[in-house]
Amino acid sequence: MDFEWSVIADAMPALLNGARLTILITLSGLAGGLVIGFVMGLMRAFGNRIANTIAFLYVELIRGTPIVVQVMFIYFALPVLAEIRVNPLTAAITAIAINAGAYIAEIVRGSFLSVHKGLREAGLAMGLPMWKVLLYIIGPVAFRRMIPPLGNQFIVSLKDTSLFMVIGVGELTRQGQEIMASNFRAVEIWTAVAIFYLLMTGVLTLVLRITEKRMRIL
Amino acid sequence: MSIVEFRKVTKAFGPVVVLQEVDLSISVGEVVVLIGPSGSGKSTLLRCINALEEITSGDLIVDGISVRAGGSKVRLIRQEAGMVFQQFNLFPQMTALENVAFGLRHVRGIGGKEANKQANALLAKVGLAERGGHYPSELSGGQQQRVAIARALAIKPKLMLFDEPTSALDPELRHEVLQVMRSLAEEGMTMVVVTHEMAFARQVGTRLIFMEGGKITVDGDPKSLLASPDNPRLQEFLQHVE
Repeated sequence: MDFEWSVIADAMPALLNGARLTILITLSGLAGGLVIGFVMGLMRAFGNRIANTIAFLYVELIRGTPIVVQVMFIYFALPVLAEIRVNPLTAAITAIAINAGAYIAEIVRGSFLSVHKGLREAGLAMGLPMWKVLLYIIGPVAFRRMIPPLGNQFIVSLKDTSLFMVIGVGELTRQGQEIMASNFRAVEIWTAVAIFYLLMTGVLTLVLRITEKRMRIL
Repeated sequence: MSIVEFRKVTKAFGPVVVLQEVDLSISVGEVVVLIGPSGSGKSTLLRCINALEEITSGDLIVDGISVRAGGSKVRLIRQEAGMVFQQFNLFPQMTALENVAFGLRHVRGIGGKEANKQANALLAKVGLAERGGHYPSELSGGQQQRVAIARALAIKPKLMLFDEPTSALDPELRHEVLQVMRSLAEEGMTMVVVTHEMAFARQVGTRLIFMEGGKITVDGDPKSLLASPDNPRLQEFLQHVE
């Protein structure tokens, strides 16, 4: 078969739009996921019994169900259950946030708990309150250890956005699918889509590597 | 005047009783050296003073505050009792200077410039004026421990607690740490020191306490006790360490 470059050229505007949406969903979703993940992870690691239980149930609920089911629930079930109606884009961003949040919570918990307990004792022994010990002493050390697993999660979440074609979000995979349905050029389109994902994950990897290098790794 | 007062303090980790109804009063200016076989409860006793370990029963008054008072009161105790750890526990993401200035800024609320000035003075005091910009990983064990002493002194404690400060150091590095501790004692600092350094106990200590099985079994003047120990367990212990 012939590889028709012109097919890719024609599809480019739509694919670029899709990629833009993929990036928007990923970045907004991960921003939310980081906030949720830090709160839940710290609740798991240092919270009292109630906080710990809440965070544990959240992590188990989200990790135990597929992200497609989660976004279907947000988009189709919430309007019925609670009259909460959201557009597909909001549903997609929310799904990434709560999904990544659960995994990030475990990353945060693990990193904070991996810091030698002597540092916590040294901080507490000075008469600092626990929140200052976490913020100034343990936090920076833990943060450096979080970068590699966070990188994994960022990449997984970016690729998970492709599943949101099920609720009609026009992200990259959905765009590819739609173009394919009209011209049947599977090889060209899916090659182009794959390369777009590779470029996006490649940039992400690069940013994480630079961040890691700029910090003194402990 | 007593600054630390144990009143029938018991500490248990689950079913294991580590301190058994300990009574002990430490006065201002004393240099108390705590010795004993491992597992005798000496580190636990030390860590109860600044409430790093919670006591199970009895009461423990430090600088007029009970360790059972909770929360912010316990923080006040800790601000008066500087602690030096066996493993140094310096903050690895901060330079030596930042380690020392940290407490000044965050515990005593002193501004950045003034905190750095005082921190530099403290580093000079422990003989590390030139090392302020180095990270802990770039310092030898002895240097790290001296930074840790400066860090503990920075919050201007009334009392210093040393938990085996030289046990993680090579013999030739112990000397520099002990020298700093000695000059601290000469300035009149109240100190409680868990150690196996018998020479330090003899020359610097004003009081020697021998612990066994969670109890204080010998308490007296270090020079006479080390010269002629009449307690057979202490005799045996000293033969093993010296």
